[in-house]
Amino acid sequence: MKKNVVEAHDLVKTYQLGEVQVEALRGLSLHIRRGEIVAIMGPSGSGKSTLMNILGCLDRPTSGQYILDSEDVSQLSDDQLADIRNRKIGFVFQSYNLLQRTNALDNVMLPLRYKRDNANNHTEMAAAILERVGLKDRMNHKPFELSGGQQQRVAIARALINNPSIILADEPTGNLDSKVGHEIMQLLLELNKEDNVTLIIVTHDSGVAKITDRTIHIIDGKVEK
Amino acid sequence: MNAVRFFKEAISSLLSNKMRTFLTMLGIVIGVAAVISMMAIGNGAQESITSSIESMGTNLIFISQNNDASNPEALTLSDATAISEAATQYIAAVAPSVQNSMSVSYSGNSITAQIYGVTPEYESVRNTAVSEGSFITQSQVDERSTVAVIGVDIAEELFNTTQNVVGNKIRMGSYVYTVIGLLEKQGGSFSGSSDNQVFIPITTAQARIISRTNAHDEISMISISATSSDDMESAIEEVTKVMQNQHGILGGEGNDFTVMSQESITEAASSITGVLTIFLGGIAAISLLVGGIGIMNIMLVTVVERTREIGLRKAVGARKRDILTQFLIEALVIGLVGGILGVLVGAGISAVISKIAAFSETVLNPKVSFSSVLLSTLFSIGVGLVFGIYPANRAANLEPVEALRTE
Repeated sequence: MKKNVVEAHDLVKTYQLGEVQVEALRGLSLHIRRGEIVAIMGPSGSGKSTLMNILGCLDRPTSGQYILDSEDVSQLSDDQLADIRNRKIGFVFQSYNLLQRTNALDNVMLPLRYKRDNANNHTEMAAAILERVGLKDRMNHKPFELSGGQQQRVAIARALINNPSIILADEPTGNLDSKVGHEIMQLLLELNKEDNVTLIIVTHDSGVAKITDRTIHIIDGKVEK
Repeated sequence: MNAVRFFKEAISSLLSNKMRTFLTMLGIVIGVAAVISMMAIGNGAQESITSSIESMGTNLIFISQNNDASNPEALTLSDATAISEAATQYIAAVAPSVQNSMSVSYSGNSITAQIYGVTPEYESVRNTAVSEGSFITQSQVDERSTVAVIGVDIAEELFNTTQNVVGNKIRMGSYVYTVIGLLEKQGGSFSGSSDNQVFIPITTAQARIISRTNAHDEISMISISATSSDDMESAIEEVTKVMQNQHGILGGEGNDFTVMSQESITEAASSITGVLTIFLGGIAAISLLVGGIGIMNIMLVTVVERTREIGLRKAVGARKRDILTQFLIEALVIGLVGGILGVLVGAGISAVISKIAAFSETVLNPKVSFSSVLLSTLFSIGVGLVFGIYPANRAANLEPVEALRTE
């Protein structure tokens, strides 16, 4: 049996919005195995984004336990979370989020900049990954010189550079037309097959969800049974 | 982490908005340039004042009336006579003088000059030398002759030449004087330059230039030269004793006259120009401070503009400290580069002022001192850091979730 890379137990997240207390997550539990491709779907207001933030270690649950790669990360400090994000999580955003003034290579190397090691082969590492996502000839191009699909490939390369435990993709094809979107999905699937990297995709697109191993539906802050 | 990388990144991000970076930097550049040039002018002024005072000779002693004393007794010729009679080996010569400013004219040209009534000793005591003709003689003093020795500026103004001026008749008040000598050009625009002075026999001055109701014996100042600059203290002591005796001042009472040496004047002038320098530098420093506020302003805008970038950096593992450092270094680079440019501009301004001064024959050599360069560069870096801290801190404390959500 494959080991769980993500284990969430009874996650609760409440926000204080002025006088009102909003419960975004109400005791949500889920497990994701290493190498699995999971889609997370749910209407807006379902707590999907909150779940993404917690799974991505951008936020902490009010209560409950989140174990990522056998490490309890539920109540770590900001700096510890930053370190976890750096080492274990790769993000792919809907709007790519590349730094506009630096080229593809530097964008891919960005996470290495915050990695606390003394390796100096960063450029070679980034170049190798860009080659894998099919951007060998575009390494020195800046984001505005690249198409949407190419920019998302750069973002995927950036997510991969630290060899993360999970890749969190938030509507990765949302800004792309269906053909390019399909190519991006194929790339993600390919990487999953080759590296056994766990893929968590938040999406509205049922077409995207169909290609995944499993779809988790979130409604009212809980996993729909 | 790698400092060079940090700086490279800061510079590339500053270059991404060149106009804004330039304008932000301009505040610092102007501030530092102002500090540098003001300090340089202050130092230059101090130097030329000091050197012009020193050019009078290092063994000069002046006695003048102490106007702070209650009911001071005026200086008189007999005071001067008493000093020269009592003079021991410490005192070389005594030169009493009276002074007034007055209009001097010659065939339609006229100029206001300092008129000095002097004795022949004045020439040696005050280092005034004639380049043409001769100085006042004792017999001219005795005869109250209407003769004058004039400075080069006066000659230039009245005769439009400094050649063959001896023999000309000039008018002061209702009397006509014959020019018997022209003084050597002394230069310098501060006290002690004889270029704008007219010398006549002291007796003539007392009778015709200085209108005094009582004693015609009254004089303005007594200049004394000590035998050597090593004997200054003994000479001053001796002169003071004679004067106290003359004016009937007992020990313990305040003197109604002031004894000054060239050294004490230099000190006083230096302290005045020192205050001036600090004052100018202080005003200039305020503009540097304003420049710093400019940095803070722009950095705050930058933080808002780059919220998404900050969010992303945090998402891929940047800690608070990393973001803080990044923005602080940007502020620091603005301060540092602005400071260096400011030093260059300030040095340029000083050079221009020095040229202008030379052109108008004013002795002023602005001096850019190493200490002012160091001080203002450090200060501008400090300003960058201090005013960068608040925006940088704001950037560092952004919540990654919030920052990523911003459009």
